[in-house]
Amino acid sequence: MSAYDTFINNSPALIVAIPLLFAFATPLISKLGGKLRNTWALLGVLVPSLIMFVLAFEVLKEGGMDTRFYLFGADSGNRFPLVGGHILRIAFAVDGMAVFMGVLISVVALSSVIYSMAYVKRYTGLDKYFTLLLLVLAANYGMVLTGDIFNLFVWFEISSISLSALTAFKANRGESFEGAAKYLMYSTVAGLLLLVAIGLLYGQYGHLNIKFLSSAIGGNTSMMMVDKIALGLMVTVFALKAGSVPMHMATPDAYGEAPAPITAMFVTASQAGLYAVFRTGFTLYGSNLTVTGETLHILGYILVVLGILSMFVGVTMALVQKDIKRLMAYHAISQTGYMLLGVGVGLAVLDTAQFAEYGRTAMTGGIFHIFNHALYKGLLFLTAGAIIYRTGTKDLNKMGGLGRDMKLTALFFIIGALAIAGIPPMNGFASKLLIYESVFKFNPIVGAIAMLVSLLTLASFVKVFYSVFMGPRRSEFKGGEVPATMLIGMAILGGVILVFSIFPSLVVTSLVDPAVNALTHIEGETTRSLTLFTGSGSWNTLVFLGAIFVAGIIALFLFMMGNKGTVPKGEGKKPYLFGNPTEIDGRPIVVPASNVYWGFTTALSKYYKPTEKAHSALFNDYMFWFVATAALLISIFAFLEVLT
Amino acid sequence: MLYELPFFIVAIMVAIGLYITLFKRNLIKVALGISLMETGVNLFLITLAYRHGDRLSAPVFTSQILGGADPTYSLPTPHALTLTSIVIGVATTALLLSFVMQLYKKFGITTTDEMRRLK
Repeated sequence: MSAYDTFINNSPALIVAIPLLFAFATPLISKLGGKLRNTWALLGVLVPSLIMFVLAFEVLKEGGMDTRFYLFGADSGNRFPLVGGHILRIAFAVDGMAVFMGVLISVVALSSVIYSMAYVKRYTGLDKYFTLLLLVLAANYGMVLTGDIFNLFVWFEISSISLSALTAFKANRGESFEGAAKYLMYSTVAGLLLLVAIGLLYGQYGHLNIKFLSSAIGGNTSMMMVDKIALGLMVTVFALKAGSVPMHMATPDAYGEAPAPITAMFVTASQAGLYAVFRTGFTLYGSNLTVTGETLHILGYILVVLGILSMFVGVTMALVQKDIKRLMAYHAISQTGYMLLGVGVGLAVLDTAQFAEYGRTAMTGGIFHIFNHALYKGLLFLTAGAIIYRTGTKDLNKMGGLGRDMKLTALFFIIGALAIAGIPPMNGFASKLLIYESVFKFNPIVGAIAMLVSLLTLASFVKVFYSVFMGPRRSEFKGGEVPATMLIGMAILGGVILVFSIFPSLVVTSLVDPAVNALTHIEGETTRSLTLFTGSGSWNTLVFLGAIFVAGIIALFLFMMGNKGTVPKGEGKKPYLFGNPTEIDGRPIVVPASNVYWGFTTALSKYYKPTEKAHSALFNDYMFWFVATAALLISIFAFLEVLT
Repeated sequence: MLYELPFFIVAIMVAIGLYITLFKRNLIKVALGISLMETGVNLFLITLAYRHGDRLSAPVFTSQILGGADPTYSLPTPHALTLTSIVIGVATTALLLSFVMQLYKKFGITTTDEMRRLK
């Protein structure tokens, strides 16, 4: 065996071990100086990321369907040493889906750590900050690579603990302790219920390894009550981690209060939760569909319902926010809905004729959206951080005129905002198109809701752009553009978004398809071309850009035909505000951010009043939603077949 | 029946813990409730280790002399799980209590009712 093979065989362990080593050495290194600490932290992200990329390359070369196992403490990477029918080792399982998530986590973590260097410079306690950041990275990698259900719980908890500690990083604000305490309490209770589910499965089958558990569950003649209760608990817990409505309440609290680069890491941690939902459905319960098929279809419909709720409640709540990061956090919830919807549709029609017709496309869209979401949401949170860095406030009503001095930040914001709203030619459009077309075939109303949510998303980001970047220059926000390392952090994500936008089909065939194959174990047709086929239609960014270019030339030609030297004068010089006055007492009218959609929210006050009341910010209410959802899901799984 | 008794106690402990987090507003009480749930779940895991019969292996026999046809033994894996879970529980409880302390010390917040500024 060559040195390279040995390296590849051991790389899953290295990917988790290196950030852990770097994390716990960071406090020592930072005694030697700030620059050295920053370099150390950067290395702590860069080295495992590079190993992740190499591992991803190797796994994807084989198609990603086969699972590579790494057993801790075993002499060879690919064997299951059994002691009397039991594996007494922790296993890591790497397949197409795992490396897909790993690559995504690496990209976001890299930009986040580079961005952090300048962003947190004004604070104290930076040794702890970088230690915890690396711990979050290790926990994220662990969650997506592990093949052991108890190990998954351990990473889940490490992720919760270190993220909530980082949420309280700005210790001078009472609000950050509130957000951190709520997030920690919520995810601890969730973690304990996850442990109950793990205990149930272990008590029944005597295994902790996901592969063994999966074949044990599939080996029954029908699903046992224990399986159903465990499935209900696990789906609820992981959906909470992913931030799905109605267990989303702590998500905006924590996202809003954490420092901006940590919020970007939060996004990947939530995606890891989403990954765990899909793993539970497809891998843990999906080994024998004749036994579990019915329940998985029900789970698919549940994910679709959760997805619709997340999309709609997330975006409507985002419209009324005035804190820039809370607003973006609600959008993160809303976008998570798209992934739940896409993959939920795939799961609902799994193993039926519709799967080939549109189920697979929906899953491809949902999983492609995970990567796109991590990129543009990470970028948007980083731009929000740059805005807060410059203005010192999170209140949209108090901002304005930043576009004049922060042109690059504004550019990155536009890239992120267009991508999240699904405007062509951005990557968000490509993944949303896959979801729209396939979900429309599943149920036209759901497809229409998905499109409506995209419109509202755009509206909401228009409001942010208007209130942050537009308007006259303000004297209180001095200092111009943010430091270079922050711009580099944003540029990494922005650049990857542009590459994904121009070559969506290549990303789908090389990264997303192996992930879908690994989840479903159904190999689809892959055609390598620059055109993305969505089942009934197709999308080619280059053709679109070409059309835009031609249209631009025609527009330029028409522009040249006009009379030169026309100067607007009199009324023509004034801005037009639909007949309303543009000035009061000689000062221009500025509509504050909270009033931009006054008409919309007032017209929908029948919806908004109860919804805002439900978001009571009271921890006991958060718990109510969680316990109620868990109880509902368990009873659906347990009793639905009895009734029908 | 006697062997099922721990499971009833687990159910009662988790239920009390959930009740506290659902209905009590004092932060210390909520932390205690979470801690109680944690202990309940740990008891659940450790109870799972205790087995009868000989269908499972790698056991630590606790009554080999009485054994014979129906030995009673204890599996090692749940012990490892419980230990890990206890360690994680200590970390979360410590962090949570430190948040509660800071909230009280710096901002005078003692209940979840006052923890509602993030809206």
